[in-house]
Amino acid sequence: MKLDSKIPDGPMAEKWTNHKFNVKLVNPSNKRKHSVIVVGTGLAGASAAATMAELGYVVEAFTYSDSPRRAHSIAAQGGINAAKNYPNDGDSVFRLFHDTVKGGDFRSREANVYRLAEVSNQIIDHCVAQGIPFAREYGGYLDNRSFGGAQVSRTFYARGQTGQQLLIGAYGALSKEIKKGGVTMHVRSEVLDVVVIDGQARGIISRNLVTGELTRHVADAVVLATGGYGNVYFLSTNAMACNASAAWRAYKKGAAFANPCYTQIHPTCIPMHGEYQSKLTLMSESLRNDGRIWVPKAKGDNRPANDIPEEERDYYLERKYPSFGNLVPRDLASRNAKQVCDEGRGVGSTGNAVYLDFADAIKRLGKDVIESKYGNLFEMYERITDEDPYTTPMRIFPAVHYTMGGLWVDYNLMTSVPGLYALGEVNFSDHGANRLGASALMQGLADGYFVLPNTINDYLASAEIPKVGTDHAAFAEAEAEAQGKLDKLLAVNGSRTVDDFHRELGQLLWENCGMGRNAKALKEALEKIPQIREAFWKDVNVLGSAADLNQALEKANRVADFMEFAELMVKDALDRAESCGGHFREESQTDEGEALRNDDEFAYVAAWEFQGLENEPLLHKEELVFEEVKLSQRSYK
Amino acid sequence: MAEKINVTLKVWRQNQGEEGEFKIYQAQDIDTEASFLEMMDIVNEGLTLSGIEPIAFEDDCREGICGCCGAVVNGKTHGSHERTTLCQLHMRKFKNNDQIVIEPFRAKPFQVLKDLIVDRSGLDAIICEGGYVDVKTGNAPEAATTPIKRALAEASMDAAQCIGCGACVAACPNGSAMLFTAAKVSQYALLPQGHPERAQRATNMVNKMDELGFGNCSNEYECAVACPKGIDVKNIARLNREFIKASLMSEK
Repeated sequence: MKLDSKIPDGPMAEKWTNHKFNVKLVNPSNKRKHSVIVVGTGLAGASAAATMAELGYVVEAFTYSDSPRRAHSIAAQGGINAAKNYPNDGDSVFRLFHDTVKGGDFRSREANVYRLAEVSNQIIDHCVAQGIPFAREYGGYLDNRSFGGAQVSRTFYARGQTGQQLLIGAYGALSKEIKKGGVTMHVRSEVLDVVVIDGQARGIISRNLVTGELTRHVADAVVLATGGYGNVYFLSTNAMACNASAAWRAYKKGAAFANPCYTQIHPTCIPMHGEYQSKLTLMSESLRNDGRIWVPKAKGDNRPANDIPEEERDYYLERKYPSFGNLVPRDLASRNAKQVCDEGRGVGSTGNAVYLDFADAIKRLGKDVIESKYGNLFEMYERITDEDPYTTPMRIFPAVHYTMGGLWVDYNLMTSVPGLYALGEVNFSDHGANRLGASALMQGLADGYFVLPNTINDYLASAEIPKVGTDHAAFAEAEAEAQGKLDKLLAVNGSRTVDDFHRELGQLLWENCGMGRNAKALKEALEKIPQIREAFWKDVNVLGSAADLNQALEKANRVADFMEFAELMVKDALDRAESCGGHFREESQTDEGEALRNDDEFAYVAAWEFQGLENEPLLHKEELVFEEVKLSQRSYK
Repeated sequence: MAEKINVTLKVWRQNQGEEGEFKIYQAQDIDTEASFLEMMDIVNEGLTLSGIEPIAFEDDCREGICGCCGAVVNGKTHGSHERTTLCQLHMRKFKNNDQIVIEPFRAKPFQVLKDLIVDRSGLDAIICEGGYVDVKTGNAPEAATTPIKRALAEASMDAAQCIGCGACVAACPNGSAMLFTAAKVSQYALLPQGHPERAQRATNMVNKMDELGFGNCSNEYECAVACPKGIDVKNIARLNREFIKASLMSEK
């Protein structure tokens, strides 16, 4: 495999414009002769499917949910970034680009990030035209707020439900095309494999989750927009069914997997409370606009928060990072929270929490203002914890939230398998080793509305795509393999549930490949993962049949893939013996305990190529070249 | 504070194409800090290990926003905690030895697929008839071109919060989807972007709702009580106005 990032020549600011001119086009009447499969209908998938259908391509879209509107993009709370500079505070495309490259700790590809910043403004224009009710000022103009890692206010929002509103916009666009016949929608359909014929992605095997029937679908290109792999940790802020299976199947069919060790631990989540816990809930980063993070100065101070006097509180982010304060990037906020808890200054019943306090903001702005900005988040917090954040500080702790790693893609968003594309969180391209807040929505919509619809044409117009049918042997083979795996899971008939195994794997990863990583713990995880996987295949208990609605079987099939994927993630974490962004190797830190990069040895994208399960994957390195943003130790002080 | 309780579940179990029935299961040692669905997880783990297929129920985000979850708990859609989805209902709302009756959302267009899972695709079909602004990617003018009164944007957002869970339909004695449809029609009726298509939007969405067998609205307002997002019945009045205006001023 030879990786070619296909970064266009020319000055950074002109690359995208020039590229759109230089790629091959498919003329309007020929577009209907091309078919595209889109897997996943979150922000990236729904926007891509709708836009390609508007252009005239024949689109088939797939989601495991009962409706495209359920995708987990819906849970994004705080907002979406754009370089509009409406607040007149010095923002620009270049600054958004610069902040994103720096925020990602210099491990992303400059050209992709620049393009992201460049199209960000078009996204806002489009979403406003779609009737998304963004927050507005009294004069009727759009309001902005601040997010971590930036010193400008560039985040557009719809209360604490920005992801919901943007997804419903994209779902509306998709519904419009379903109605017009441009998109054939398959709901309750889970993709079990990608079919590759003569080196090209040509289709998928899908399972109807109601009847269990496997179906074959052929197309000229396949687009994966299937989200991240955070659920490999069992507990994360992801939705219950989020999974890595489609990406993992693609990897096993030849798509390189890039930087799997880059996982984002989000600093502000509701802390864990029990063994039975099924997921963790995020409290939006936007809360750090007005909330102040603190712990008691003294160890083991277990007085109620409101009884601790001001002078005995340590607002540690404001103290350590005076210029960014509570709005440092996520990786820093998380590591600092862990540090104060490790020192014994954590709060709550487990000692694994810090306070996020709104008392000052309520005093300054009034309860009404805070309620109008964050009302639904406060309500969610109250529902879960039975505590009132208007009167008692929130207790928060970091949790697995987002995965920056993903399928390797070139500038066109094509993976290393021709005809196979990856959009949104499932690709690796824009966030480096740490994603800034309010940038996931931006990337998903950039990829789907504006990037892919302008790059996929290059492949469709220039590649030799022979006519094949679903009777091709490759389809039969993939289907038989998928069916075989389901049958095998049902046949084990062991003594432990799927969740039981998943929890075991997740705990191991959280301990050994979580917020702090070191070679010894990673090596230990590499020994244990195959043991858990082996035990899973010997002792898992899945009841029922494959020819029925069977949720345990669906889950088992996803967990089986996590059991394999986890090993690659840990391997990558071990291989990258530097700290960068969310990947904190304890052996590599500054005197002040900050992540210490090693640019001489590690300024590359680690793209792994599958060599069979029993063999070591092959590492390919895409060197990262920084022309515009100078490589430097990140500082938010 | 957290304590452990035991509850008895009376759960509707049904396979596709078969008659359903209630089954009784015990949920033991449930932490009151657990969510309702976490309690269901614990019960399902136990059932699995005793060779009984787990209870099928739909959920995903468990944050009250995706709209997947929903069941009728002790006669109430999403349970008795107002403005709360089932996934955000917590066991602290129950007492030791309570009996909890759990049934699927029932309405004529919501066919049971398995146990507590119903087919709500009718709601998507209604959206397909006009629950959007017909704007192609690339058409949009600069976002700041049209100022929109803050109060209108806020009212539109109030309506746009609908999560499409279908509780309003299940709570309505007529199985009407008026609140659902009204929320979407209102979101766009309140904003200038929605105006060019407002007449056909109201007409087509209401017609689709009728065609799919959703019932008529007889102002029972059960929907608004059931709605976990607090969608206001005022939206139904607005939908009625939009619909009547559309039929009076038909452009076709």
